[in-house]
Amino acid sequence: MINALVAVAMIICAIQAIRVKKLLTSALWLAGCSAMVALMLYLIGAPEIAVIELSVGAGLVTVLFVFAINIIGDEKPVLEPGIPPLVAWALIILSIGILAYLNLPLLSVVIPDLAEIPMASTTIWNDRMLDVILQVLLIFVGVLGVIGLISDSKAKEINQ
Amino acid sequence: MTNIPIIIMLAVLCLVGIGFYALLTTRNLIKVIIALQILVKGGLLALVLAGRIQGQVMVGQSMALTAIVADTIVAVVGLALAVQVRKHHGTIDLKQLTKLKR
Repeated sequence: MINALVAVAMIICAIQAIRVKKLLTSALWLAGCSAMVALMLYLIGAPEIAVIELSVGAGLVTVLFVFAINIIGDEKPVLEPGIPPLVAWALIILSIGILAYLNLPLLSVVIPDLAEIPMASTTIWNDRMLDVILQVLLIFVGVLGVIGLISDSKAKEINQ
Repeated sequence: MTNIPIIIMLAVLCLVGIGFYALLTTRNLIKVIIALQILVKGGLLALVLAGRIQGQVMVGQSMALTAIVADTIVAVVGLALAVQVRKHHGTIDLKQLTKLKR
């Protein structure tokens, strides 16, 4: 029951995030959607990733969005879509249909009870070392991105 | 008792559909990044659910951790791109940006 409620709240937040005209409101709805996803992850039985999703997805990303929208300013919304809505709907129905067909076996699956949950650190450090290296690399890229985000056009003026 | 995996999978399909639709139709660069975030949240939920069904919770969780990190970096780099594009060209409308000539 509570799973269905959280799922509905999540979908409403996602729809609002793309429907709302103002960018700042949209970013806040996205944070709400992120919080609902974190709640759902906790309910499935993945508390570690739920905490990370809540702090990174609902916290850090929202702060970055608000910061960037503050710099950019709220642009006048463009009403006409990039591609015709009919084509977009056709593509979405096609892709979602394929995904739903692939997930048909889930109808008979029930979530098994876990006897014991292994330690998170063991799996991450021993079995998935490659992922950790990749994450370190990605974080360096992210630092470069933040530098690009907060740098103003001083470099341009010096060049001129 | 209701079947929990099918509820979550329906939510995942809805999130992916919403994100994909917004990605196709929107023309604002910031909205495109928001759509990407919604899309990846669907994928994240699916990863953890798959790990839970298979009984390998930690493998699903560590993959989801990588997905979260990559997603955040994509958002950061995309926002930095949007800020710089706005500074240099004065717009973040994708259709006008594709028409730009050097």
